[in-house]
Amino acid sequence: MTATRLAARPLWLEARDVRIALPLLLVLAFVVLPALGTEYWLDAIIVPFLILSLAGIGLNLLTGYAGQTSLGSGGFMAVGAFSTYGLMTHVPFMPLPLALLIAGLIAGLAGAISGIPSDRIKGFYLMVSTLAAQFFLDWLFQTVPWFYGYGSSGTISLPSLEIAGRDINTPLGRYFMTLVTVSLLTIVAVNLVRSPAGRNWMAIRDMDTAAAVIGIRVHRYKILAFGVSSFYLGVAGALWAFVYLGSASVQSFDLTRSFQILFIIIIGGMGSIRGNFVGAAFISLLPLGLDYLSQALFSGHVDAGLLQNIQKALFGVLIIAFLIKEPDGLARMIKAAGDRVSRWPLRF
Amino acid sequence: MSASAQPILDVRNISLSFKGVNAISGLSFSVAEGSICALIGPNGAGKSSLLNILNGVYRADSGEIVFCGDHFRAIEPLKAAQRGIARTFQNIALFKKMSVIDNILTGLSRHSEVNLAEQALRLPRARRQEATFREKAEEMLEFLELQPYRDSVVGTLSYGIQKRVELGRALVSSPTLLLLDEPLAGMNAEEKAEMSEFVTGINRHLGVTVVLIEHDVGIVMSISDHIVVLDYGRKIGDGTPASIQSNPEVIAAYLGTVQ
Amino acid sequence: MEMFAETLIGGLLAGTMYSMVAIGFVLIYKASGVFNYAQGSLLLFSALLFVTLKESGVPFTVAVAITVAVLILIAGLIERLLLRPLANRSPMTLFMATLGLSYVVEGVAQGLMGDQVHALDIGIDDVPIFVGNVMISQFDLFAAATALCLVGILALLFNKTRIGISLRAVADDTRAALSLGINLNRIWQIVWAAAGIVGLVAGMLWGARQGVQFSLSLVVLKALPVLIIGGFTSIAGAIAGGLIVGAAEALGDTYIGPLIGGGITSWFAYVIAIAFLYVRPAGLFGEQAIERV
Repeated sequence: MTATRLAARPLWLEARDVRIALPLLLVLAFVVLPALGTEYWLDAIIVPFLILSLAGIGLNLLTGYAGQTSLGSGGFMAVGAFSTYGLMTHVPFMPLPLALLIAGLIAGLAGAISGIPSDRIKGFYLMVSTLAAQFFLDWLFQTVPWFYGYGSSGTISLPSLEIAGRDINTPLGRYFMTLVTVSLLTIVAVNLVRSPAGRNWMAIRDMDTAAAVIGIRVHRYKILAFGVSSFYLGVAGALWAFVYLGSASVQSFDLTRSFQILFIIIIGGMGSIRGNFVGAAFISLLPLGLDYLSQALFSGHVDAGLLQNIQKALFGVLIIAFLIKEPDGLARMIKAAGDRVSRWPLRF
Repeated sequence: MSASAQPILDVRNISLSFKGVNAISGLSFSVAEGSICALIGPNGAGKSSLLNILNGVYRADSGEIVFCGDHFRAIEPLKAAQRGIARTFQNIALFKKMSVIDNILTGLSRHSEVNLAEQALRLPRARRQEATFREKAEEMLEFLELQPYRDSVVGTLSYGIQKRVELGRALVSSPTLLLLDEPLAGMNAEEKAEMSEFVTGINRHLGVTVVLIEHDVGIVMSISDHIVVLDYGRKIGDGTPASIQSNPEVIAAYLGTVQ
Repeated sequence: MEMFAETLIGGLLAGTMYSMVAIGFVLIYKASGVFNYAQGSLLLFSALLFVTLKESGVPFTVAVAITVAVLILIAGLIERLLLRPLANRSPMTLFMATLGLSYVVEGVAQGLMGDQVHALDIGIDDVPIFVGNVMISQFDLFAAATALCLVGILALLFNKTRIGISLRAVADDTRAALSLGINLNRIWQIVWAAAGIVGLVAGMLWGARQGVQFSLSLVVLKALPVLIIGGFTSIAGAIAGGLIVGAAEALGDTYIGPLIGGGITSWFAYVIAIAFLYVRPAGLFGEQAIERV
């Protein structure tokens, strides 16, 4: 009996988590952080962390849950950003939240279309087609001037950030906007993965031929996965461009960004919702940690370029290490540690 | 065996070959509703191929299948599932990274009637359906004595338990026809006894027609109503266990000289 | 008409450069079943090392020898630290590991050797020659010739040497090869070293053409359409695929590009490759994968 209790469990939110950890987290996010957080931390660390987590959720739904590896995340983030720009600049009286929603849907549609070949093209080849989507979208938003309003620099920005007439272009305003958006969409993601849709995705990931045999419409759900994933990525892209950066160009959404999101879900844990937060936190904090180390150990005599390359190499090592040792990422490691703590001293 | 007029499954002159090798040649037999029909025969005799045709993984070259009045030679796996044909596999086709209960819940996926928005927002209809599904899954767990493993990741469980989970997944969608591909393979005597009890239980209490492939001739003889013997893709025996046991051609080809 | 011939020939010749890069991928994929995303980074690393040595006064052949030695060492490390621990994992996992590897190699390469652009002169003047009225780049011709030589050498290696035959055995059926006593780890080391050397040659040529700089590592993104069209397991396919992609890109850029805004080379080859996939899912010369239930 004990042996089966110790058998690995999926990374679900368990009753214990919901009762204790979740309220704590909510209080932390909605009360403590705004009160204590400095502008720098909110603007430069927390907001991008939240947005990257959201992007991670998006990619995780497609890659971690539905098993379709994608290198096109950046491209769909771009769709969201540029769609928001288009809506806000061309549609009078467009409320920002509505623009985000519609932009997300546009990105979702683009994603769904990119997923259409998934019944003929599988696995690695499908990943290559996501790469094609990435390159194509990059090119599109750079080459067709209508998308960036015929400006000379190719960047997009919004004249103001307002919700219901109130200016939210302050650190707290931006933080809450991001927090609320990410929280709502996280709840939706949790609902999805615990529903038939989520199970269908995981079935497709684990063995799509068997999924077809038990009556799951594999092609439809693959397209759905692409669509939902791109919706999340689109919203994340819009937030990234206008709430975090202020102004953005296609460069913010290139292949490097796609890799970054992929690394977030590998390190954080594929097939997990909380893992995205862990992974994004890791990715956000690692450069800071390295900076701090270099200050402490070498009094900042390390050249910035070298530091970047060290960081790059370190990321690579971490990716390889995680893939070897803990393919379910930090989320699994943390959970395992938590389980051990909760069973102590009854470890036998 | 019930004395129903129409067999639930009628295999008519099915042939299938792979690149010149005949997997099945002119196979015909019928399965009565509510019976347990066993397909036996040496390896490579075409048994798995027939199951694959029945649930749409392969398409036959010629011949016809009649199932509940529907005629087909080739069928999409999705359609076969929707028509009530469920299946387990020789090499266990479970979703290895999902838990036992989630695997069983996937068996109910095709019955889901809530759309994505309802699921995303956890609207009442979605919650009600989920509760109903979970109830059915729990019943299945209880029926197959799998509750201790409910939340365990399937890939970490023993072979015998995995086979039971696969059975549960096939069964939970209330199939009309259950195809079992070597459900007892790799089990010890105790596990085999348990599993065959489950199979007969399914047949007797749930009224599910069962077609199974199995090598353990002793068990086959004791639980089947009807046995079809295949050798090199041809049928060489068809009848009750008693008649098969005394069929000289079967004995020669398969049972050998041991009584 | 001349423009068409020029574009076509220029594209074909450029395509041979793509083929050369693709060959490195094919080698590794054949032997270890993994698509090595880091091939581009290794290409950058080897070219960078070579150029750095040469600029410090090391003679050409010695620089090549040292670089080759380092590549062999790296192949050994990769086999030990990456391939062995991940031996039984899914191809996608291995691919992601090579993604990580590419970051490591790039970080180390540029961390150790800097990220300035280096010019590389390998003694070929890029003076165009004329065949009739058609202008052809001498450099491209040289590159094509080098690619052909490389293919010839590899063909000899695979068919005439014991190592080559072992490699083909491993590519065909790893388990059977193991049971024959073929040392899988050694084969992998050799193949990765060979791929590295192929990368060095390609890197030197590309570097001579456009300077040794970070963008070299992005050739991997060019190799993908080549491999999709030509198949992942065939050197002949890599050549055919490279020619097709090179020609298509050049023609597309010249004739279609101006119609829709230019600069379409980043994705044009990909679209062609995906269209190909619809028709021939395994590429021109690739192997069909069969899934058993």
